[in-house]
Amino acid sequence: MSNVRPITSPQIQSDDRAHEADHPSSLVAKFGMDQPLKLDCGVDLAPFQIAYQTYGELNADSSNAILICHALTGDQHVNNTHPVTGKPGWWDTMVGAGKPIDPEKYFIICSNVIGGCMGSTGPASLNPATGKVWGLDFPIITIPDMVRAQAMLIDRLGITTLFCVVGGSMGGMQVLQWTAAYPERVFSTLAIACSTRHSAQNIAFHELGRQAVMADPDWRGGRYVDEDTHPHRGLAVARMAAHITYLSDAALHRKFGRRMQDRELPTFSFDADFQVESYLRYQGSSFVERFDANSYLYLTRAMDYFDIAADHNGVLAKAFTGIKTRFCVVSFTSDWLFPTSESRALVHALNASSARVSFAEIETDRGHDAFLLDVPEFLDISRAFLLAAGKARGLKDGGQS
Amino acid sequence: MSMQQTLPLPGVAPERTGGYRRDHLLVAEMVRPGSRVLDVGCGDGELLQLLEGRGIDGRGIELSREGVNGCVAKGLAVVQGDADTDLVNYPDDAFDYVILSQTLQATRQPKVVLENLLRIGQRAIVSFPNFGFWKMRLQLLIGGHMPRTENLPASWYDTSNIHFCTIKDFVELCEQINVKMERAVALDLYGRPVPLNLPWWVWNMFGEQGVFLLSRGGQVK
Repeated sequence: MSNVRPITSPQIQSDDRAHEADHPSSLVAKFGMDQPLKLDCGVDLAPFQIAYQTYGELNADSSNAILICHALTGDQHVNNTHPVTGKPGWWDTMVGAGKPIDPEKYFIICSNVIGGCMGSTGPASLNPATGKVWGLDFPIITIPDMVRAQAMLIDRLGITTLFCVVGGSMGGMQVLQWTAAYPERVFSTLAIACSTRHSAQNIAFHELGRQAVMADPDWRGGRYVDEDTHPHRGLAVARMAAHITYLSDAALHRKFGRRMQDRELPTFSFDADFQVESYLRYQGSSFVERFDANSYLYLTRAMDYFDIAADHNGVLAKAFTGIKTRFCVVSFTSDWLFPTSESRALVHALNASSARVSFAEIETDRGHDAFLLDVPEFLDISRAFLLAAGKARGLKDGGQS
Repeated sequence: MSMQQTLPLPGVAPERTGGYRRDHLLVAEMVRPGSRVLDVGCGDGELLQLLEGRGIDGRGIELSREGVNGCVAKGLAVVQGDADTDLVNYPDDAFDYVILSQTLQATRQPKVVLENLLRIGQRAIVSFPNFGFWKMRLQLLIGGHMPRTENLPASWYDTSNIHFCTIKDFVELCEQINVKMERAVALDLYGRPVPLNLPWWVWNMFGEQGVFLLSRGGQVK
């Protein structure tokens, strides 16, 4: 019988990953003891740092800044080679020369979220009080905390009003939080495949992922760094389960069907006979190379807690009362993680608040991940929205003024 | 040559004035400047753009994604949606005017839609093709076919227009659900208003489409 280990993870670049957590290969904004980040859980986090990347130039009147908010396992490396994996930026369909978000036209900012593991302070960072990695001593963070930290970064960059805040999935949650918390600082928003609150099913999937991490004996109660290990297997299983939710039945069928992996016949074992198994194992094992397990726990938790309406006496429309921001909301037909019904609920609330909102549901079988892929209709509407908003903002040709 | 092949009778595309459709200009003229407007079934946003150009704060609902994309490219705020299912989600009195231009006949429940228009908006502007138009009558009477015109070219089996009515029918519906007609205009085939001093039956015969400015009626009968 061949290898029956559930997943392989022999060559983990844990050194690179650990190094990035405190010394990112990107720009860093450090905030001292005098500038704490006030967290929803009641803790004042200080000192802390935000790792970020920028592309393009800020124009003379600072009116062309776009903030990109990344998704659960994304980071600030939107449009450059990833320092750990060596892969291209995670949103090269949307960002880049000739793309809807073009560095020639806009000043593009993307920061690693607070609680992340690519250079912004999080559970993988060193706790200056102990000289050890934070681990589970790190306070629980929320989506509003992430946005509060981003606002401090935007202040530091000298930008009063963002031309647009853009993001999908957890990034879309941050987009909505930006408009609810700082409506006057956001001229327009592009909220993609997201929701104003995390559904019970999504919380359930996240709990499954967290339990997989914590069930790995190498997790060591969250103190795995001190013991020079990492819960690779648990985190990989969490990623595999989550990855299924990012796709769709149709996409999996089209991509893999029941095809066998490098063999003609079943091996009558638990080896990865099917291509889809092999693919998932690869997704799991490549993920653990670049992501910290505790960070995964914190960020999934932040999404679970997200509920804009709850912060406004249960009435979603109140979150957007009197808002001037231009909204573009996009969903995908085959997305079952953040289905169109969630986007519609948002749009109804925006309509009830008389907000200026456009909404389109894009026909695709590629599931939730469609926002990261080359889906021309989605990219077209994003481009159209940004150009029209740019015109309204007084940017020349919807771009640089 | 059979009768079938000579149909449809030639229709006439709406005339344009200054780049705008005449029926759109008529609708725009009915809307008070500075008001808030929802255009239900706004297509590619031509009317909305005309309204915004006049300082009106406009929103749209459109079923087709192509239409939505066109509107977004024009900088308009348009939501992909369906008049039959989505109007219920708009709050009462959200708009000064709700416009339903050439869409009523394509809805599943015209009566419910009409009621919703006047719940969401203080006023509604409704335009629709008049099935009592003489050319329509002639096609059915003489040709024995469901009428087709250039403005309504689809065959009965593939048309999205499932609830045609005449101007007379519409007026009766308005009376039935206690809707006040503030203004009514019948446009002929060329988009010109049929003279005001003519009786209803003339409008019903010679109006190619009807355009109505409606408001909520007084006490329920």
